[in-house]
Parts: sequence; structure tokens; C-alpha cells
Amino acid sequence: MARASRSRSKFEEKSDNNEVGAKNAMSTLVEIRNLSKTYERGKQKVEVLHHINLDIAEGDFFALMGPSGSGKTTLLNLIGGLDSPTDGTLSVAGQRIDQLGEGALAKWRSSNVGFIFQFYNLLPMLSAQKNVELPLLLTKLSSAERKRNASIALQLVGLADRASHKPNELSGGQQQRVAIARAIVSDPKLLVCDEPTGDLDRQSAEDVLGLLQSLNRDHGKTIIMVTHDPKAAEHARHTLHLDKGMLVEAQTA
Amino acid sequence: MKYLHLVWAALFRRKTRTIFTLLSVLAAFLLFGMLDAVRSAFDAPPSAAGVNRLVVSSRISIIQALPQSLLARIQAIPGVEQVTYANWFGGYYQEPKNQNLMFQIAVNPNYLDVYPEFSIPADQRKAFEQTRTGALIGATAAKALGIKIGDKIPIKGAIYTSKSSGDTSWTFDIVGIFKASEEKMRGLENQMLFRWDYFDEARTFGSGTIGWYVVRVADPKQSEGIAAAVDAISANSDHETKTQTEQAFNLAFVKQLGDIGLIVGAIMAAVFFTLILLTGNTMAQAVRERIPELAVLKTLGFSNRSVLGLVLAEAVLLIVLGGALGLLLAQVLLPAVNAGSGGRMNFPPIGMNTWLVGLALMVGIGLIVGALPALRGMRLRIVDALAGR
Repeated sequence: MARASRSRSKFEEKSDNNEVGAKNAMSTLVEIRNLSKTYERGKQKVEVLHHINLDIAEGDFFALMGPSGSGKTTLLNLIGGLDSPTDGTLSVAGQRIDQLGEGALAKWRSSNVGFIFQFYNLLPMLSAQKNVELPLLLTKLSSAERKRNASIALQLVGLADRASHKPNELSGGQQQRVAIARAIVSDPKLLVCDEPTGDLDRQSAEDVLGLLQSLNRDHGKTIIMVTHDPKAAEHARHTLHLDKGMLVEAQTA
Repeated sequence: MKYLHLVWAALFRRKTRTIFTLLSVLAAFLLFGMLDAVRSAFDAPPSAAGVNRLVVSSRISIIQALPQSLLARIQAIPGVEQVTYANWFGGYYQEPKNQNLMFQIAVNPNYLDVYPEFSIPADQRKAFEQTRTGALIGATAAKALGIKIGDKIPIKGAIYTSKSSGDTSWTFDIVGIFKASEEKMRGLENQMLFRWDYFDEARTFGSGTIGWYVVRVADPKQSEGIAAAVDAISANSDHETKTQTEQAFNLAFVKQLGDIGLIVGAIMAAVFFTLILLTGNTMAQAVRERIPELAVLKTLGFSNRSVLGLVLAEAVLLIVLGGALGLLLAQVLLPAVNAGSGGRMNFPPIGMNTWLVGLALMVGIGLIVGALPALRGMRLRIVDALAGR
């Protein structure tokens, strides 16, 4: 508990003194208090996150770094509503998502978060257009509206001319851009990205990171990105480090 | 409906596997369609209304003989144009394996008048009437067994003993070869017709009895009434009759083999049980391969119930698609089977009832085979599935 408090203080001290100070001017989108996550593996209990405290302002772009097993992806999954914390509170846009049941959490995810994965996770049997339309199936939009919105999202990521291509007909970088289009098509405030450039060559990675920066800068998306790559982290406004389930420092770009 | 493209795409994700599975389902429902037609034919034999030939046999069993004395009484019924009679012989030429190549029937010569489907030259017909040991053979059987006019052929009987030979060996003189008047009646050409009077005199038992009568009526509209009148003759006697259409008679003949409904039911149960195992395995494998994709759907906000519904819909679509194709094929093939039976069988077309039962079976089997994979998809934990655990 003390360590957790210390890690929070560290982050707050740093962030209060730098650009993230702007967060005071912006509203807080993600508010994490005393968050813990413990997994049970058989009879063994593994505490992955220890009493995390963190505020993320709306419109921010955070890189979350740390060694393997430090709890980065777990924290990202909790913020994205893919998993539930064992302890503590987690609010996104003022809503306590740690209190939501599975069904409500699914509904919340569909309209509040966009996900971008390392291995793109596109459905291989669907075209780029249909992959991007997937989140819109959960809305009341008509078929024509879904198609139009997906086309706009593909245009935004520069792949309008590849709409009819299936994932295996696209390069890794293009697939990741389709995944980004899918993540933004329902216009969520928050994008969570788990190693989005981990499977890409340098040029494609730069393209994807540039796209994420543009989404943050020009479209106001709040982005939380897990990465091992310091170069990728440089594209974020702030960097958080996790070690053994605790936040250890924050840096500002 | 907005999810249909998603279900369809998932179904054909592995085209070869899906096509082979569809073929299995198609085969099962093709069999279902054909066998259900057989069952329907046996369950509801056609009524006598509108036909001009009726068959009179024993009400107890068609192997139970009727007295010859009925002939005159049936002939006396108003509206009866002609009456002939016949007796099943049940033997084989040379070897038992030839049994199905040529069925032998003892007939009164006017049998050929009542059945104009037998096409035979006049001189051969005359020879048949003039030769007591004479026999007519169908062209198909003659060709298959290498028999020609003028041959004296031995037939080994299964039931009847000949007074002249002292055993079940009978000898006949081939005096003619007949053909079916229409291509669809080709099944008739697997028969051998010989004289009933010779048979009756030569057999060691059953003399004076007849296997069945065939009645030709003047006006098909009166057939039902005439059938009732024929049966009334023997009512409450020890030889009560059952007068029915030829088709119903033929079906009854086949029914001697056993309980057709039970046989059909047992076959279908085995087929569908195998189908459930086969398609259940395919669906389980298909969903196992797609766990990460289902996890992505859940990540995007698809609820547990939506994932359950998608997998169930996929399983039902697979079975309905294959099943509908199978039933359609059965619908196309049934007329061909009827034609191939040489007119002896006339299975009803696949009706609305069969379609409804078939569709219910398809949906039921789809739900059964989809249930476990769908539950697995519904219960998967996103973070575990995405991590490949």
C-alpha cells in the first residue's frame, strides 16, 4: 500500500510539473484508485498489479512501458474493460466500469473504447470494409450508414482503395491501419493499443505511430499505448513505467 | 439479418471442410426424403378411387390363398368388366442368384387382356394359349439369362412340388417373349408368366386356390364401390378379402419383409446419430480454430449471448443448407426411382409434411451440434483467448 502510494506520488509530482499539468485544465478521462489485480493459477495467486493510482486526462497520449510481466497489458485490459479488477476503483468518463457486469461492460466497450492489438486481430474471412463495419453492427445504424462510416474511417487511415481486400491481401502495416480504422469507426473517446507496432517494420511502425499521433492531435482521441519500443514511446506525450505491477516513474515527451 | 454475412463468412472460412460437411448433411437428408416417401407409401396406400384395375387378395395375408369359386361371384358384380387371377411361384432358373432376374407367376391366359402393358406378338400369344406347359418370358429376363423361344427350361420352385417330378423342379416350354408397352414399365420384363391351369393340376397341394384376383372395372369412378362389393362377398368367411389398388397390393407384397416404418425409422436414427457426431465434431473444430476471433468480437462489444447466437446460427445454417439441398435432390430423384421400378412402385412426391418435419430436424440437429461450441464461445474469457491460453 505504501509502495503504491509512493508510486502514485511520483507520477503526480512529475505530471504536475510538466505538460501533463495541462491535465488540470482538461477533464480527467480515466481515474484509477488503488487498483489491484490478482490472477489465480490453480491454487496459486499471482498479484499482477499492486494498488495503482493514476489519472489520465482526456486528449492525452500515454505510452506504458515496462519489462515483460510487469502488468502493462493487464492494466491496459482493465482500462479497456476487458477484465475486472480484484480491488480498487476504475472510472472512465465518470463511469465506474469496475462495477459493471459482463453484459454492461460489453455494451460500454462497444461505444467507449477502440482496441488496437499487436497482431491486428482482423477477421480473416471479411474484407477490410466489413472488418471496419464490425463495431457498427452493434449500433442502430442502417446498412448504408455503416458502409459510409466505415468508408470514412478507411479514408482516414489512407486505405480507401483497399476496402474490398481481405487481410491476407494486405501488408502488416496496412492490416494495422485497418485495425485502427475499426477502432475509431464508432468514434470512441479512448483508444487502447497493445504493442501496435510490435509486429511491424520500422517504416510501417512510423506510419502507424504517425497515424495515432494524428488521431490524438487532430481528433482529440485519448490514447494509451503499451510498448516495449522506446522509439515508439517517443511519439506519446507522456510515458509511464510499470515494474512488478507498480507505476515507477512518468516522463513527458 | 445484419449478422448473416458474418455467419456466412464464418461458415465458409474453410471451404473444403464445409463443402464435405455439407455433402454429408445432403446425403443424410436425401436418404431421409427418399425413405420418408417409402414410409408414406406404406403408411397410406392409395385409395381405389379413380383406378380401373383392382387386386383382390386375402385380408389376412397376401400369401394366404383364395378359393377359385370366388371368380364367378366377382364376375357377377355389376360394373366388373373382366376378372383374371394369378399365383406367385417363387422359384429360380439354374441358380438361386438368378431369383431376382426373373419372377415367375402362374396366370390365367386372359391376364394378358387385363394387362395390356404386356406387348407380345399375336402368334406367341396364341402359342401360350395352346400350350399347357407354355411360358412367356420378359425380354429383359430372357436377355439376362440367355433364354430364347423354343427352349425348355427348368425352374426350381421354393414352395410348390410338382406331381410329375416328385420334387420342386418344374419344366416349362418358352413360347413367347414379351416387352413392356412403355419404357417406364420395363420392370415387367423381369417376369415369367406360365399357365395357371397347368400349375394347378401339377402341384401337389393347394389345388383350386388362387393367389390373387385382378378385376378390371368398366368405370373407374365406381372402383371404390366395386372394391367394397367384392370384399362383401367373403365378409365373415374364412377367406375374407381385401380389394385394393395394384400399387397398394405391391406395397403390401414388399411389406412382408418386415415393419417398413420400423426399418425406415431405425435407418434414419442411425443416419442422424452419425450426422450429429460428424457435424458436431466439425463445428467444435471450427469454433476451436476461431477462439481468438470470437474473443475479438467480444472485445468489440459483442455480448456473450450474441456470440452464442452467432455460433448456433452457423451450425443451423450449415445443416439447413445441406438438408434443404438433400430434400430438393430427393424431390428430383423420386420420380426417377418410380420410373425405374417399372411402374410397380409409385412413391408419393415429397410433400409439405416431409419438408416441415425435415426443417424441424435440420434446426434441431443444428442446435444440438452447435450447442457445445456455442457455449464454449460464449464462456471464453477475452484476455485468456487473446493471450492464446
